[in-house]
Amino acid sequence: MNEAPRAAESQEILRVDGVCVRLSGRTILDRVSFQIAPGEFTGLIGSNGAGKTTLFRVILGLQAASAGRVLFGGPAHPREHARRHRLIGYVPQKFLFDPDVPLRARDLVGLGIDAHRLGVPRPSRSRRALVEEMLHAVDAERFADTRVGKLSGGEQQRVLIAHALIGRPRLLLLDEPLANLDLGSAHEVVALLARIAREQKIAVLISAHEINPLLPVMDRIVYLAAGRAVSGTTEEVVRPDVLSELYGHHVDVLHVHGRVLIVAGAGEDTDLAGHEGVFPRSEVLS
Amino acid sequence: MSHFLSPVFASGFFESEAVHIALAVGALVAVVTGVVGVFTVMRGQSFAGEAFGDLGTTGGAGAYLVGVGPLWGFVLGNVIAAGAMEAIGVQRARGRDLATGIVLGAGLGLAALLLHLYTTGHSATGATVTILFGSVFAISSTTIPLIVLLGAIVLAITLTIYRPLLLSSVNAEMASARGIPVRLVGVLYLLALALAAALAAITIGTILSTALIVGPAASALRITRRPLTALLTAAGIGVAAMWLGIVLAYDSYHWPPHGTIWPVSFFVVTLVFITYLLSGLPEARRRRRADRRSSASLVAQPTTTS
Repeated sequence: MNEAPRAAESQEILRVDGVCVRLSGRTILDRVSFQIAPGEFTGLIGSNGAGKTTLFRVILGLQAASAGRVLFGGPAHPREHARRHRLIGYVPQKFLFDPDVPLRARDLVGLGIDAHRLGVPRPSRSRRALVEEMLHAVDAERFADTRVGKLSGGEQQRVLIAHALIGRPRLLLLDEPLANLDLGSAHEVVALLARIAREQKIAVLISAHEINPLLPVMDRIVYLAAGRAVSGTTEEVVRPDVLSELYGHHVDVLHVHGRVLIVAGAGEDTDLAGHEGVFPRSEVLS
Repeated sequence: MSHFLSPVFASGFFESEAVHIALAVGALVAVVTGVVGVFTVMRGQSFAGEAFGDLGTTGGAGAYLVGVGPLWGFVLGNVIAAGAMEAIGVQRARGRDLATGIVLGAGLGLAALLLHLYTTGHSATGATVTILFGSVFAISSTTIPLIVLLGAIVLAITLTIYRPLLLSSVNAEMASARGIPVRLVGVLYLLALALAAALAAITIGTILSTALIVGPAASALRITRRPLTALLTAAGIGVAAMWLGIVLAYDSYHWPPHGTIWPVSFFVVTLVFITYLLSGLPEARRRRRADRRSSASLVAQPTTTS
């Protein structure tokens, strides 16, 4: 293949096309397809073990797909790998810095510019200004000179987002960024990401096992269950018929005080849940 | 001035060539181990550092047996050990201690045999002590070019891969998502660590070499917030401990029992340990002050209304 296939025509930034991943006989992902346009906010929703992290690894190029492919839009680059790394900003899952790591928040953000380069960074005015701008964008100036390991979970999350954003990616990938946060911090991070997506035209793909914090901001949802996915707008996807087919058994979608509860029907034997039961003999899936 | 210093610097300190070499080599080695050590601590590879130190014993014993300088043995032994650890899987966080432990056990068994063969063949136990506890006053001037070369290699590796190494030490996933070849960076770093441990072994001995790698670095991480400052601080602490240790050891000629000097390694390691304890003080004081402030504000609360 001389020219890497592109997802250019329809202005997509990412197209996941029938991706399957089988690891030692187990199917982790089964024909997953969806696409993301620039500036779009997409939630990748699924319970633990649904395949969210594996899907991220495929998109990042850290895990080969058994079938299907991942295509990127954006400007061409002679080396497909380099293009992918330039295109994507990544915030990893469940990660807290050790308190003794000798990095201030601004040092970590600075590493986002040039961590792949050799040698010791040379301080320059433009570099400092860029770091300052990113700290401002995520509202982290207050603790810019604090060690990252001494920041709260929400503060670390914001610094990690600045680290990912400073390379000017077109797509921001965040693996369960709300998992360790209290409700207030989670809402702040979601609002911040929505603002970044809107103002900087950066597509955001965020994975979560809880759908509600993302409901107000999602343009599109990719709902993952046992390796299979449906995607569309929230109205198209979060419906009893669609989700029942995805799960392979009956599922109710309840709207309670502006929140969505996805509940397995009475008597259904499901291993997908892991959430507290709201009603007797039923389980909340998300 | 010299009158004031004479009780500290015993006569002949500044004239002795052995002292000159000890001070120069000691400083170079302390800088190298300090810089490398910061990453050792950050990556949680202290056990690998310890293993390199101990495995230097095997290489050193082999070197005595075939009649070459112990540094060659330290270097060769450690580089082979690094290869073995990498092959067994030192880079996977989960099997890492296991891989290190297995290689360490096998190597030390061999060291026991080699030392036995040498000491029975030469009726000399001096080699064992030199290998295990170092002999910075007995470094021959012909070894210096090799020491400088090794030190330069380690510093060149570490500073060249500084940024990728820093990010992959903080979080390997973030680094590989950026396209950094995390495994290659890890191998290069392991090699730098192996050589640094060999250099440490020639000054303060194989079994104490980790102290010089981990100790100053751990102290530096407690008192600095910036990565480059941490490297410089660790190097500085190492040099200070090394030089003060050499001075005290030279001076100990006049201490009981008369006529022998105490081991330099003892002083260096003790100074490193004391530094580590002291480096925790600023943080402890800050925490105490914060506690006091929060309890004071609790008391003040009822009276403040705005």
